[in-house]
Amino acid sequence: MTEPHFEREIDRSHMAVSDEVAIQIENMNKWYGQFHVLRDIDLTVQRGERIVIAGPSGSGKSTLIRCINRLEEHQAGKIVVDGIELTNDLKNIDKVRREVGMVFQHFNLFPHLTILENLTLAPIWVRKTPKKEAIETAMHFLEKVKIPEQADKYPGQLSGGQQQRVAIARSLCMKPRIMLFDEPTSALDPEMIKEVLDTMIELAEEGMTMLCVTHEMGFAQAVANRVIFMADGQIVEQNNPHDFFNNPQSERTKQFLSQILGH
Amino acid sequence: MSDTHAESVAYVRDTMLKPQPAPAGESGAIRWLRENLFSGWLNTLLTVLGVLTIYFFVSHFASWFLHGVWKADSLAECRKIITAEYGQGATGACWAVIRDRWHQFIFGFYQRELYWRPVLTFLLLFVAVGPVLFQWVPKKLIWFTPIYPFLAVWLLWGGSVWGPILVAVGFVLAWIVFSLVGRYGSIAGFSAGAIVAILFWMFGVSPLAGILHAAIPLGIEPVESAKFGGFLLAITLGAGGIVMSLPLGVVLALGRQSDMFLIKTFSVVFIEFIRGVPLITLLFVASLLLNYFLPPGTNFDIILRVMILVTMFSAAYIAEVVRGGLAALPRGQYEAADALGLDYWKAQRLIILPQALKISIPGIVSTFIGMFKDTTLVAFVGLFDPLKGIPDFIRADFAWKGIYWEPFVFVGAIFFILNFAMSRYSMHLENRLQRDHR
Repeated sequence: MTEPHFEREIDRSHMAVSDEVAIQIENMNKWYGQFHVLRDIDLTVQRGERIVIAGPSGSGKSTLIRCINRLEEHQAGKIVVDGIELTNDLKNIDKVRREVGMVFQHFNLFPHLTILENLTLAPIWVRKTPKKEAIETAMHFLEKVKIPEQADKYPGQLSGGQQQRVAIARSLCMKPRIMLFDEPTSALDPEMIKEVLDTMIELAEEGMTMLCVTHEMGFAQAVANRVIFMADGQIVEQNNPHDFFNNPQSERTKQFLSQILGH
Repeated sequence: MSDTHAESVAYVRDTMLKPQPAPAGESGAIRWLRENLFSGWLNTLLTVLGVLTIYFFVSHFASWFLHGVWKADSLAECRKIITAEYGQGATGACWAVIRDRWHQFIFGFYQRELYWRPVLTFLLLFVAVGPVLFQWVPKKLIWFTPIYPFLAVWLLWGGSVWGPILVAVGFVLAWIVFSLVGRYGSIAGFSAGAIVAILFWMFGVSPLAGILHAAIPLGIEPVESAKFGGFLLAITLGAGGIVMSLPLGVVLALGRQSDMFLIKTFSVVFIEFIRGVPLITLLFVASLLLNYFLPPGTNFDIILRVMILVTMFSAAYIAEVVRGGLAALPRGQYEAADALGLDYWKAQRLIILPQALKISIPGIVSTFIGMFKDTTLVAFVGLFDPLKGIPDFIRADFAWKGIYWEPFVFVGAIFFILNFAMSRYSMHLENRLQRDHR
């Protein structure tokens, strides 16, 4: 098995997992029509955790994290995010969405707005931040993802890796307490994956609570404190990365790992 | 890495090639002619036939245009002049009718001494739309834009200044109610605002206007709707319809996509009904049927009635065009807006509609152009449109009996200029907003 290859040592001093519960999912079920996508999901995420969710395609991992900010609706069970239960109440949904940032596979930047406008839009309109302050925050996060010089360009003028870093910065501008990543590197050229992963590692080093659906097993080994393996809409196995990769328990997990790491 | 290559690959390029210009003869006019007009025997034959056809038409119509007479008092006099100058059997245009009756083509039967009012209204139209349509116009002028519709109505129809002001007050009231009630939900706020405004317009405006006019009589000479005609009528209906149908169409398009059953059903029924019925039917409804439904004694202006129906007609088409634009947006845009915590209206206003409307520009402008031309159909309900109403009236005069081509050519040319301008503007706007794939 190849070792994860990141150029620098990862600073673990702020990566503490607290006792405080960030996300509580109990007995959650979801159907698309007659198709049972998520079955009896139970998951508790403590503040400061960095969870990687892996599994074959169609296993429901994206659907699971999309339920956490109600991009998908669950039909049974309970999801509590930051002490707020997700129900049909639109006010609660908006409250949760303000606290939970999300990064998508296809970036989903707003193509008609400049990078800076992409970053300041939600703080100004949702958080009612004064424009000047929103711009300062935006520039701070653009510097953090190392593309402040692109502030006045449009998303279409940036490379995929740059766009994804802007998307991460856009989420961070809302000062979220939890970040969800839905296959953030799957749509990128290999040479751009690293720049996005580096940004995500920095975020983890600052103690952000992160849930990340990804196929980057190197990232999982280096950063995650817990790896969850899903198949057929269920959580099959979860463990710390060391034991997950070196000592998988279930047959499904072994089979999956041999497929993605075997060659 | 390079050392491993040296062992396994036999060929290594050490200098990169520079780009070179294309060979001569692959560009220029001769190549264009050969490629487009004479690339084979069939194309050559079609080119020759095309040129002959054009020659046939030009040779017939050119003389008609060139023999045109501008100074005459009747069609008979025109014919006499043409025969005298170009011989027996010569044809020619009698433009004298335009010279004699141009004011009716433009203003209908509006009083001559009041022509400055429609002219001023038309000029101010550009001041009002400038800040919206063009970037080089100072944005500060935008305060004039919401005032303009009321000012225009007052200038065109005249009368007491209080009527238009009170109608505007109705909008302000609606806005106040909307912002107060809107906290409890946007639909509640919108309905409450609409109800308050409609009640105010129905029962508040005319008594209040009477009282205010008695106290402070400010007004200009009134002009009845019956005096409107020609391009004054067409542009009034067209501009009013365009300005009102775009927001209505957008709301209908959003309604059709709504999850709320009642709103969705209403939008679908409205759109499908209006699109399924000929405009002339709706115009007859406006001129005849509407009087049966309105409370007796209300004098609901015919131009206003027609404008409302024309607006509804074009809004139904706009709604479908905008729906196409909405459907073209990737789901990710909606999801990103949701994930950032933007509520429905903010997401629509800031993210979805700017992109959907940009995609829909060609369709929207086509609908506007079609609608503007369709305003000539008001001839069927007895209004004097520039294409049939006014020429029919002019032909009723014995001097111009039997003149058909000249009014058609003149009116058609003006319509073409106005519509072509709209079309060019839409292309300019598309280019300006072209940002995604630079």
